[in-house]
Amino acid sequence: MNRRDFCKKAMVAAGGVLIPLAALEVFNPKRLRAERDGKGKVRWVFLVDIHKCVGCGFCVKACKVENEVPYDANVTRTWVERYVVTKDGQTLIDSPKGARDGFTSQKIDQAAMGLKEVKPENIAKAFFVPKLCNQCENPACVQVCPVGATYQTEEGVVLVDRTWCIGCGYCVMGCPYGVRFFHPVYHVAEKCTFCYHRLCKGMKTACVDACPFGARLVGNIRDPEDPVTKIITSEQVNVLKEEFGTKPQVFYLGLSREVK
Amino acid sequence: MKNHVWRPLFIVLAIVGAILVARTVLVPNDFGIYERGYMYGWHRKSNEAEWKAFKVKYKTAKGCVECHKVEYNAIMNSGHASISCENCHGPSYDHPNDPIGLNIDRSRSLCIRCHSYMPYKGNVRGKIPGIDPEKHYTQAQCVMCHIPHNPKPMNQKQEVKS
Repeated sequence: MNRRDFCKKAMVAAGGVLIPLAALEVFNPKRLRAERDGKGKVRWVFLVDIHKCVGCGFCVKACKVENEVPYDANVTRTWVERYVVTKDGQTLIDSPKGARDGFTSQKIDQAAMGLKEVKPENIAKAFFVPKLCNQCENPACVQVCPVGATYQTEEGVVLVDRTWCIGCGYCVMGCPYGVRFFHPVYHVAEKCTFCYHRLCKGMKTACVDACPFGARLVGNIRDPEDPVTKIITSEQVNVLKEEFGTKPQVFYLGLSREVK
Repeated sequence: MKNHVWRPLFIVLAIVGAILVARTVLVPNDFGIYERGYMYGWHRKSNEAEWKAFKVKYKTAKGCVECHKVEYNAIMNSGHASISCENCHGPSYDHPNDPIGLNIDRSRSLCIRCHSYMPYKGNVRGKIPGIDPEKHYTQAQCVMCHIPHNPKPMNQKQEVKS
């Protein structure tokens, strides 16, 4: 063995020693077993009663303050949409500032088309639809994350690890419901957490507590005695964009076909 | 085989080794596959605790009654009973310690969230007593005439009646 060979082999051996066995572990079958046995006692679900919503926007305001989403930035974790269906078949939809200040004008904001006012006698029906993260059972946003920064907890809530997110935006594009955005301060993906910090303390979400009309409810679908579970299992509820196969866990009472 | 044929292989092995070593340093210990499996549960476990530790701002109306019994009972016996104290008085944080006092929102914009009239028959909004905010005493605050803790009968304040 000459000196050149010795140096090379010594370096390879040293490198091999330096690699701990844990670093070579890519898949551990024991850890994967958690998936099969992971049937917890809690699975948070949400129920929105469209009949009860009046578009006051207290939910949006409370959410922004509670979750430190910059108040004046045009981003929000939850929002309320107004649908006005006219007698000649038009559907006008708006959500000024995500309804942070509620709906206070009869004029419907049609962006480039300006403000549109529909005469009361020409309104066939009008209603308000609160929207938030659907905390899907098969969250498309989690699947597309290339770094494992967004994930689903045992209770079914999808969270974002702010220290781990690289800001690629795949999840923002991947969500069929458009609930994700970039946080203007942290510059990472941001989304509704079902007020995870409140639910784990036995409280309700900030939007549920702020709603004066009981249009928003949160409950545990694995608890058969939960009033929300009873409504979901016994009444005519619907979900948004079921065809995407994401199994959304925000249920709607009184959902109209105009709602997208 | 000649030495120059093996050389690129050694370089590749060295790079792979370097990446694996760097991974152990950079990836947190608790990063792994948890309850929801590899597809949905691949994450840093301690982040869940970080989200749980997030500060609660809206403490709900439960604590209010301990000190503000008169006001609490007044609104609970009125048409505004379902409105949480914090919707108008703001989030309580750790009140009465921090902050000592809360900022009450007495603005028109707060009231017209519900009381700006909308001609929506069949929707609850159309049944709430409403005004046109552009015509109804535009310069005045609603609370100058109406008592939010007891909104019925309307225009209840004595100074308005006389």
